[in-house]
Amino acid sequence: MANDLTPLSDPGLPKHVHRKADHDPKAEKRAEQQVAILFALSAVGTILFIYSYIFIKTDLFVFLPLLGNTNAHQLGLGMGLTIALLGIGFGAVHWAKTLMSDTEVIAERHEFRSSDEDRSEFVKTVKERSAEAGLGRRSLIKRTLGISVGLVGLSPILLLRDLGPLPKKQLEETSWRTGTRLVTDPGDRPIKASDLEVGAVAQVLPELRMGQKRTLEDIGKDAVLLIRLRPEEFQLDAERKSWTHEGIIAFSKICSHMGCAVALYEQQTKHLLCPCHQSTFDVTRAAKVIFGPAARPLPQLAITVDAQGYLIAQQPFNESVGPSYWERSS
Amino acid sequence: MKKLSSLRKHKFALPVLILVALSSLGFTFSAATAAPAKSQLAASAKSTLIAEGKELFLKGCSSCHGLNAEGGSIAPSLIGVGAASVDFQVGTGRMPMADMSQQAMRKKPLYTEEQTAALAAYVASLAPGPASLTNEEIEWERDGNTAEGGELFRNNCAMCHNFAGQGGALTQGKYAPTIMGVEPKHIYEAMITGPQSMPVFSDKTITVEEKLSIIKWIKAAEAEPNLGGASLGRVGPVTEGLLVWTFGLGLLIGIAVWLASKAR
Repeated sequence: MANDLTPLSDPGLPKHVHRKADHDPKAEKRAEQQVAILFALSAVGTILFIYSYIFIKTDLFVFLPLLGNTNAHQLGLGMGLTIALLGIGFGAVHWAKTLMSDTEVIAERHEFRSSDEDRSEFVKTVKERSAEAGLGRRSLIKRTLGISVGLVGLSPILLLRDLGPLPKKQLEETSWRTGTRLVTDPGDRPIKASDLEVGAVAQVLPELRMGQKRTLEDIGKDAVLLIRLRPEEFQLDAERKSWTHEGIIAFSKICSHMGCAVALYEQQTKHLLCPCHQSTFDVTRAAKVIFGPAARPLPQLAITVDAQGYLIAQQPFNESVGPSYWERSS
Repeated sequence: MKKLSSLRKHKFALPVLILVALSSLGFTFSAATAAPAKSQLAASAKSTLIAEGKELFLKGCSSCHGLNAEGGSIAPSLIGVGAASVDFQVGTGRMPMADMSQQAMRKKPLYTEEQTAALAAYVASLAPGPASLTNEEIEWERDGNTAEGGELFRNNCAMCHNFAGQGGALTQGKYAPTIMGVEPKHIYEAMITGPQSMPVFSDKTITVEEKLSIIKWIKAAEAEPNLGGASLGRVGPVTEGLLVWTFGLGLLIGIAVWLASKAR
């Protein structure tokens, strides 16, 4: 059987269909009116804008369905400007689409390379102008220009320094030291164990030493949540149990996943929830991860009391707080 | 003197004297006995309040919380929770619960204020606990500081109740409710008792003045007008983003399609 298939011939462009307005005077008239209405609407919008700005009181509220109580002044300004701009825009587009010439024009692409004539002309012009400017003669200007342009090029390279320096030990260290008192945040008041009832929580920070200032970066690492449970509710090993005091347990508030502040404590279930990605930590089991993307429990701060009965840190955090990073050992 | 002695013989002298003597005796007696009588009255009123509360408790609460409020498999013990807890739970309509869902929600209270007070008095009589308050006792307008309250709110409340107090989700269907439109005394009682999932905020870590500041901030947030109209729940980028990505982008796509379509 012979294969008679022949390639399809080029169908070419579809036949141009004229618009209604091109041959029907009624449709033309209608399109014209529509454009005029849109432009007139724009004018009304501008008048509404001006009226709202001058006459509507700034504290007047009106009730609108869906929107609720709305400031009439702002609403008038916004609606006026919207109508004014959209009226012009829609009108212009509608005008172009229905009434302006719709003959189809084909613009051929031209070759990217300039013609040989243009190129030689360009080279000639450059040579002539540089000779006129005396670039070859004024070597002082030429050299200083060269140096300054070269130096300017150095500035962005210098700024690359801001990619460093490496954080060194900063990610591993917090302001918590052995014996640092726990103070309320805000308020900076030291806390006694008896200040917390069972079921109570407190947001705490390390007490400032003399002359020390607290920066946001410090708070980002030092924030701790204090929770009091009944001691028998804990399921901790001996070491972690010794890090608590009379049922009070302290965890870093910085999530081990992405560093959000974990402070949604559910008193009934004893779960701590991170609001960002729903990582859930079980407080009774040393903040073991029971749901969500966090890979590690929240670091626990070992606490005890000092001679005056105020809560203090037994030792600094035994691991880096917050999310994973490249050099992290655990 | 002569005039007085002549009055002695007047025919009304005896009755007037007797009246004066009797009434002075009566006033002295009533003045001497008034104080103890009042406290006796108050004590008996209190015990009737407790008895009334007990009756209400047995009828309405004991099927879950036990005949002596000792708790059961489905409801906690109420011994030692104090009047504040009862006033909060019953006064906001959370108790009695409508169904055994994850969490009791705020609804129209089932008990009147007097009945709530009676229930609170009964539960408070079981064991000491935080006392309930009235809205008048909480001088948040006088003693609170809005700016300080805002800082405390952001640090202690906003993670669950949202930065504008609109509430938010917890785990497994539990949630932190909105605190808009809540009575000041109920906000205060919630902080000192820690109802349901909420932890307790002790008076030592957040002082009484600080609690009043938090209430003042909440009331200021409540009064904040929505200049732009629809507040979209005041939950930030979630609803705002949804609106922009669906309506805003939809509008732009519609305009683009219209721009490129050929007029007929």
